[in-house]
Amino acid sequence: MRIGVLALQGAFIEHEHMLAQIGVNSFEIRKQDDIGNSFDGLIIPGGESTIQGKLMNELGLLEPIRKMILSGLPVFGTCAGLLLLAKNIENDTHSYIASMDITAVRNAYGRQLGSFHTTACFNGIGDVPMTFIRAPFISSVSGNTEILAEVGGKIVAARQDNQLVTAFHPELNEDVRIHEYFCEMCRNYTVC
Amino acid sequence: MENNRFELNKNLAQMLKGGVIMDVTTPEQAKIAEAAGACAVMALERIPADIRAAGGVSRMSDPKMIKGIQNAVSIPVMAKCRIGHFAEAQILQAIEIDYIDESEVLSPADDKYHIDKTAFDVPFVCGAKDLGEALRRINEGAAMIRTKGEPGTGDVVQAVRHMRLMQSEIRRIGSMSEDELYDAAKQLQVPYDLVLYVHNNKKLPVVNFAAGGVATPADAALMMQLGAEGVFVGSGIFKSGNPEKRAAAIVKAVTNYTDAKMLAELSEDLGEAMVGINEQEIELLMAERGK
Repeated sequence: MRIGVLALQGAFIEHEHMLAQIGVNSFEIRKQDDIGNSFDGLIIPGGESTIQGKLMNELGLLEPIRKMILSGLPVFGTCAGLLLLAKNIENDTHSYIASMDITAVRNAYGRQLGSFHTTACFNGIGDVPMTFIRAPFISSVSGNTEILAEVGGKIVAARQDNQLVTAFHPELNEDVRIHEYFCEMCRNYTVC
Repeated sequence: MENNRFELNKNLAQMLKGGVIMDVTTPEQAKIAEAAGACAVMALERIPADIRAAGGVSRMSDPKMIKGIQNAVSIPVMAKCRIGHFAEAQILQAIEIDYIDESEVLSPADDKYHIDKTAFDVPFVCGAKDLGEALRRINEGAAMIRTKGEPGTGDVVQAVRHMRLMQSEIRRIGSMSEDELYDAAKQLQVPYDLVLYVHNNKKLPVVNFAAGGVATPADAALMMQLGAEGVFVGSGIFKSGNPEKRAAAIVKAVTNYTDAKMLAELSEDLGEAMVGINEQEIELLMAERGK
């Protein structure tokens, strides 16, 4: 199994380290040539959604990646990755891949002083550590989107078929269970 | 686990990696920087090249001006305080700045002590010329490091020197036997546990950016290939002929820093670069401030 990690900007190396820890191969996606060969899953890391969205567009990655996701490629977006996948962002006029039926709020906890760490229940896994850095949250979901975690009444993780998003950063903590959860999604996709 | 501000602050720097942090002096410039793909902006009244030209004492910017920039963009906003000036840092924290740069670009307020950054909730980035300086700043609570370079010159030579020195010292520490680390800590004038971290991980405990004199996409790619995790661009953008285009090109160069073909395209037709001054022509060496 091979997982592509979008490596345009942000915390992509942390995701690669998590995948290496659970024995999964990964490669970096920085330009069109990098997605020439087939792969089994895609991670869109934390960072700044404005830059990642802009670079995806200008480097010719946005359309091909949107098509892959719409035709079933498993994708996991953390923080900025959640914003890139959201169909709507309440306080931003941009939308990017816009493949998932969620509405998100950008910088929903304010500036860096609002960043925090907590532990909360993730549906199907149990209590997991959650680090929120200038994070978004999901204000509403629609379609068959399933809510996987809530913190303080706000939705912070969700899944719709092949798409998984978290407002927090599982790649910043030692706990590999959410990455394992995503790899399981990728395995099932490969089998189909 | 309770909220560990230092961890959260280090984490924010991790999110900035692979990005370009741009100096801006007005909300309009901040918007240009954001649209060009900056991962954060540094709000300051005068860019380093103008600070250098103006001379005199250079201080923290007007909070009103910083707030104007905070309101103009959605990406993180940083601002500079003088070395050792913890009251300026308190003010910047009060207006909820995302990162404070305790910077040698401004006139130092204390010629002996840096700010005790562990006393703050907001993160600090500090400049360093070598591994010892970097680890001393981290020990004081810095959550991010950048090379000092020589700000406001458009000359990358010092940033290269500082990054190469830091990387070579990291490699040296990494290859030592463990019983040699005690003496290394003594030589570097830093605590043993930080030296042990560098030995075990072959990197700094926090994110390390390049800064000072970066003016072209090629400069940015050079710094990334030398081991920088991202780049600060100060005077290089808004002192050039076409800031929008140059800023966007530097952003792309940082993402695809090893792709020479793409770098060639990005370097085309950027208009006039910042004129710059050579290090031999400088009267004031800002990198010598704060050790």
